[in-house]
Amino acid sequence: MKKETFWDKKIETADRKILDSLKLKQLKRLVGYALRTVFYKSRLKAVGISSPRDIRSLKDLARIPFTTKDDLRECYPNGLLSVPMSRVVRIHTSSGTTGIPTVIHHTQKDLNSWTDLVARSISATGAGKQDIFQNMMTYGMFTGGLGLHYGAERVGMTVIPMGGGNTRRQIQIMRDFGTTVLHITPSYMLHLYSMLSECGATLKDFKLKKAYLGAEPYSEDTRSKIEKMWQIDAYNSYGLSEMNGPGVAFECVYKTGMHVWEDVYHVEIVDPKTGELLDDGLEGELVFTNLLREATPLLRYRTRDMAAILKGSCPCGRTHRRLSRITGRTDDMLIINGVNVYPSQIESVVMKMPEVGNNYQICLEKDGALDSLTVKIEISSRMFQGDLGLIDRLKERIKESLRASIVINPRVELHEPGSLPVFEGKAKRVVDNRIKI
Amino acid sequence: MAKQLNIFVDNKPGRLNAVTEALAQKGINIFIFTIQDRGDFGLIKLIVDKPEDADEILRNKGFASALKDVVLVSVKDKPGNLHRLAMALQEKKINLTDARGTVLSPSNVGLCCLEVDDIKVAEKALTKAGFELLAVNDICHC
Repeated sequence: MKKETFWDKKIETADRKILDSLKLKQLKRLVGYALRTVFYKSRLKAVGISSPRDIRSLKDLARIPFTTKDDLRECYPNGLLSVPMSRVVRIHTSSGTTGIPTVIHHTQKDLNSWTDLVARSISATGAGKQDIFQNMMTYGMFTGGLGLHYGAERVGMTVIPMGGGNTRRQIQIMRDFGTTVLHITPSYMLHLYSMLSECGATLKDFKLKKAYLGAEPYSEDTRSKIEKMWQIDAYNSYGLSEMNGPGVAFECVYKTGMHVWEDVYHVEIVDPKTGELLDDGLEGELVFTNLLREATPLLRYRTRDMAAILKGSCPCGRTHRRLSRITGRTDDMLIINGVNVYPSQIESVVMKMPEVGNNYQICLEKDGALDSLTVKIEISSRMFQGDLGLIDRLKERIKESLRASIVINPRVELHEPGSLPVFEGKAKRVVDNRIKI
Repeated sequence: MAKQLNIFVDNKPGRLNAVTEALAQKGINIFIFTIQDRGDFGLIKLIVDKPEDADEILRNKGFASALKDVVLVSVKDKPGNLHRLAMALQEKKINLTDARGTVLSPSNVGLCCLEVDDIKVAEKALTKAGFELLAVNDICHC
């Protein structure tokens, strides 16, 4: 028997009827918040909803049109804010498709419910206040760092807020403080292992028991590989900044799919082409509504992530349905070392430079376990001045602007006009040579 | 003052071949060439008999080519002469961004091609020190 731990057993094991009546109450409240925004006011009115009283059952949600990433962009920066700014205690953004990020405002209550769900997720894996938690996800605007941080504190774990990178120091801290739980991307977990001998460390030096793996897609094989090499349990984690961040869905000790915390997240799987609702077991696009949102209400948000709701129940006793691994995207978003990047973000930086010609290429490779991004750019023959100093500065300028826009450090290669592949019709600018993990 | 051709090329086999083929077809004569390796790309630098024509030929073929002013100077092949040239530049605090030189005819004459920020100041300093400045066509008569 596995050891069961619950954060909020009553809610986590509540039967469907109780969950549904709770959700209906929350949905009415949420619609009330949404109606305070210009964006939703007109949108909801168009489908005959002008007051929370117009929501009579959860089925009424299906009348409401989807909200997309483009909607969020058009509302930038404060168009979806439903409370006075004085009630907002934090802002998070994530990468938009064009350089305009998507913004999520949080009230104290928003943060509180987020933190509670992360605490619930951590507890489901059997971790608790006896654990030393080293958080290797990036802090800052990226929700992975702060999300797990506060949840782990709420559980009472000893939190080491390392953030990403600096492998040698990560290994030293893991050893010196006897870290038992990590939050990390799967590729960084593999990289960390490959660095052990170089850092003079062996598995015996660690007290590691668990790792929470998220922020990038990976396979069941990679999970097994990581579990075997580190001799630990690895748990899958899912979240997105539009729905707070991590803690939307998380695996319990049985590791058979991620429980979606359905009292807070209304989940739908839809056909990405038609928007039609799909039954459990079928793969489609994930659509979420965070029922507890105050500051940034989002109704039926299209995540562009592909997955399925798993059929059947989990031996842990939780009634909240489980989500499969994310199998892909409905758009061209790239995930590079856990960071979301749209090719269009790179394009808008590159094409702003007059010295740049007509063609560029985005190349992704594996450098060990980690991803490396190279942007190959043709220079414009018209703008070439013959000066090496100018070329070096151009390269630096492109690198700097890319870093500012996509938050990761790319390699920039300059190439002569006409040297990169030319396409008839739709250009294929992304060359992804990474092996799927 | 002389004009040098700087051509931006990918750092891969065959690029010098492509450039020289384009110039050979039009009968351009190359006096000096160097190649700078900068990782992903390289810079081919040429001193040719008809720099403006050569530049146009290359641009029409789609190359990223540009003309740059350089100092061509004749130096007698005698011990200590490069040092004399260097002293003349140092006195005026002239920084070389790139340079190349060779003896054209042993114990007789050598040739230096200098890239500097301020061509006029460099030429004045070298003339004052007794060096003879050349134009590209003078190379034929050296």
